Amino acid sequence: MNLTMDFSVDRPGKLITIKRPFNAELPLVWAAFTKSEILDQWWAPKPWRAKTKSMDFRPGGHWHYAMVGPAGEESWSLGRYQTIQPQKGFTQLVNFSDADGNLDNNMPKSNWEVDFSPLDNGSLVVLQITFDDLAQLDALIQMGFSGGMAMIMNQLDVLIASNPERWITTASAL
Amino acid sequence: MRRDVFQAIADPTRRAIIALIALQAMTPNALAEHFDTTRQAVSKHLRVLTECNLLKQEQQGREIYYRLDVTKIKEVDQWIEPFRKLWESRFNQLDDVLITLNQPDN
Repeated sequence: MNLTMDFSVDRPGKLITIKRPFNAELPLVWAAFTKSEILDQWWAPKPWRAKTKSMDFRPGGHWHYAMVGPAGEESWSLGRYQTIQPQKGFTQLVNFSDADGNLDNNMPKSNWEVDFSPLDNGSLVVLQITFDDLAQLDALIQMGFSGGMAMIMNQLDVLIASNPERWITTASAL
Repeated sequence: MRRDVFQAIADPTRRAIIALIALQAMTPNALAEHFDTTRQAVSKHLRVLTECNLLKQEQQGREIYYRLDVTKIKEVDQWIEPFRKLWESRFNQLDDVLITLNQPDN
């Protein structure tokens, strides 16, 4: 299976859509997104690691976790689950927070819809992340998405070649 | 003051100006007709956009036309790149985790 990720930005809709197939049965992929002991294994790009403080996967429940950097620095987030359809999808509000779970309202927040569907030999995950305004997304990117992660991101590969035609179309819809 | 593509797109009026100019080169007067703000306000936005290197001016007869410099707009694409990379790293790690979870003895 080709595991290429599809990433698209809809500026007017303030929406980022990420689609990614996985080479595993749906119940396993569902578990990977909804069980903290599995999330902690993959959520933070190395050398960062994710550390769950508490998780209560139900509507009205939450995921309170930190991204922990190589020097022990912590960046806390709180995801609050809104709706859950088992093995199909869930929605959550994601805020930055402190270690006690107090929301940081000065930081960007986002609204996530995560949908799961079976494929012939695996599963498809579709994430739709909506921001209140794109300036918030700007702020998020500028700080490297999560605290000191900017450093890691700076070391990343050469940027993909851009497609000018696409940008003319996008700019006309800004 | 910051003068880059992000400053350029931070303001809704400037985004609207970019959207209009992306379709065709326009004079300041023609642009101003699309907005409720004063001509001076539009001129100020055009100045910012020019300083951010998003616009190019072209003299055609007595009129100055503004057109979009597409190379600069591409920086927005690069700006989103770290976010895309984050998800790519995450999901590559998830691939490995899923392989581990798929082991029969696990």
